[in-house]
Amino acid sequence: MLTFSGRGIVPGVVEGPALVSTEEISGFGGIDPARGVIIEPRHELFGECFTGTVLVFPGAKGSSGWAGFFQSTRLMGTAPLAMVFTTVTTKAVLGAIVTRIPTVVECDRDPTCLIRTGDRARVDADAGVVTVLDRS
Amino acid sequence: MFLTEEEKRMRDGKEGAAVAAAMDLLVRYGEALGAERLCETRNVAGTMTQPSPAKAKLVEEGGWAKAFAVINLDCDEDIDIPRMKVPTCQLQHGFGEDARGLTGYPDANIELQSDAEAYYSDKGVNILATCTPYQVGNLPVRGEHCAWMESSAVVYCNSVLGARTNCEGAASTGAASLTGRIPYWGNHVPENRLGTHLIRTDVELTAFAEWGLFGYFVGEAVGEGRPVITGGWTQPDLADLKHFGAAAATSGGVELYHIPGITPEAGSIGDAFSARTPQEEIGYGPRERRQVYERLNDQGSSTDVDFVLLGCPHASLEQIEAVARRLEGRKIHSDVELWIMTPPALFAAAARSGYDRVITDAGGKLLTDSCPAMSKAAPDGTRVFVSDSAKQVHYLPAILGIEGWFGTLDECIDAAITGVWRGELAPC
Repeated sequence: MLTFSGRGIVPGVVEGPALVSTEEISGFGGIDPARGVIIEPRHELFGECFTGTVLVFPGAKGSSGWAGFFQSTRLMGTAPLAMVFTTVTTKAVLGAIVTRIPTVVECDRDPTCLIRTGDRARVDADAGVVTVLDRS
Repeated sequence: MFLTEEEKRMRDGKEGAAVAAAMDLLVRYGEALGAERLCETRNVAGTMTQPSPAKAKLVEEGGWAKAFAVINLDCDEDIDIPRMKVPTCQLQHGFGEDARGLTGYPDANIELQSDAEAYYSDKGVNILATCTPYQVGNLPVRGEHCAWMESSAVVYCNSVLGARTNCEGAASTGAASLTGRIPYWGNHVPENRLGTHLIRTDVELTAFAEWGLFGYFVGEAVGEGRPVITGGWTQPDLADLKHFGAAAATSGGVELYHIPGITPEAGSIGDAFSARTPQEEIGYGPRERRQVYERLNDQGSSTDVDFVLLGCPHASLEQIEAVARRLEGRKIHSDVELWIMTPPALFAAAARSGYDRVITDAGGKLLTDSCPAMSKAAPDGTRVFVSDSAKQVHYLPAILGIEGWFGTLDECIDAAITGVWRGELAPC
């Protein structure tokens, strides 16, 4: 079983399908909180819905509205189930906190290369562990 | 994370429930970042008044106190919100009264925002209503710890002013406004302010559009890095560096750059890197310039322009004057709308200086508070827009599903007069 060891920054344990981006994600101008969809035209996940997924991505980019946009997904019921990202920045960390979803960062191996979209993943942010349960 | 006695008192509720909630968020946030402590700040630039569907619902449920608790403190309790503890300003937000009826932007949002302004100004928030607080009365000094949002303001604050801020969000600035604290992490720490990449420009940067193109290139090249710029330029002014930083913060995540001899923390390339070696040295020549121009302009196919947007980040008085001078005695094409966005305080100065009248007589509009990207609204029926701002051309096609062209101010004014985009990359 594929297991990653990192640092949990928002506690909780969940399981769900992974949605993996090898590109950084924008909040403002990058997602539509009403639908939970990536809207940046040139993004590899353009048009994909992240609601209820374990969102695996390198980190945040773009506007300081990042956290506020992901917080809106929580308030509108379109949030991801969990986040797994690599690069710790104020935008992404504050975003994970105000979205209030289990989040693991700084894994020992690059999760964006090794986890595939559709894999069933378990995020144990209490222990700082991400596990791939079923391959897609 | 280490807390001082005063911070522990705040956390434990000695200054009330809202301050305790603010400190609780700062502790969760600081620990997640890996910060060892907080630092004191007396300069907060955040957002509270900007309307959104989620916020409207919270206001309906529990008034502005509820909206502030949830959105600006990440707290679900019903708490009273005290006066801001330290100087705090509202950045850009949605359209105001001056834009009523110009777009499909809902009147209800204009009213919600006006209600928010009344509430928050009673709490001590300065309503600057701009993405460029440094143009209108919030000019931090070198070394000052700030808690600012708005990526283009953050990069200006760190780089041009030499003050220190991370790219904060609505919740962290809300918590800072009630505590006067922010995690001592990232750009607050001196060793994190040294350069990471050396960028040499072989293109002579001589004009506003060139600084924007170069900024868009630099952001793509370094991502979250801290570029140090060398090469050729003529002395940049406020508008040039405002455009450069905004573009670099848009295509990448640049929060701090150094231009030795120009920006205050690096007198020389050696200063900018201290004893470190650059991770990477990157060149910007005519080929890179053309590539970045083409990437920015790959979101346009039709040359029938119906909207010209200037003033992103919000225009300086000098930029407004430059537009007025070009529009004097001319008429904007009947199928085209031209807007310039500026802070309310500079609108007042532009009106007294006669620029607003010249722009209005030509058929253009000088507007405040917001921009089409923030408010997700352009003139009805807009399909193709043009701008002299790399940032706006990056964002608006995604946000509104329209086509966009980037060019010089003269090309944008030409499109406003003729209704046709004829921009092309000038030889360098």
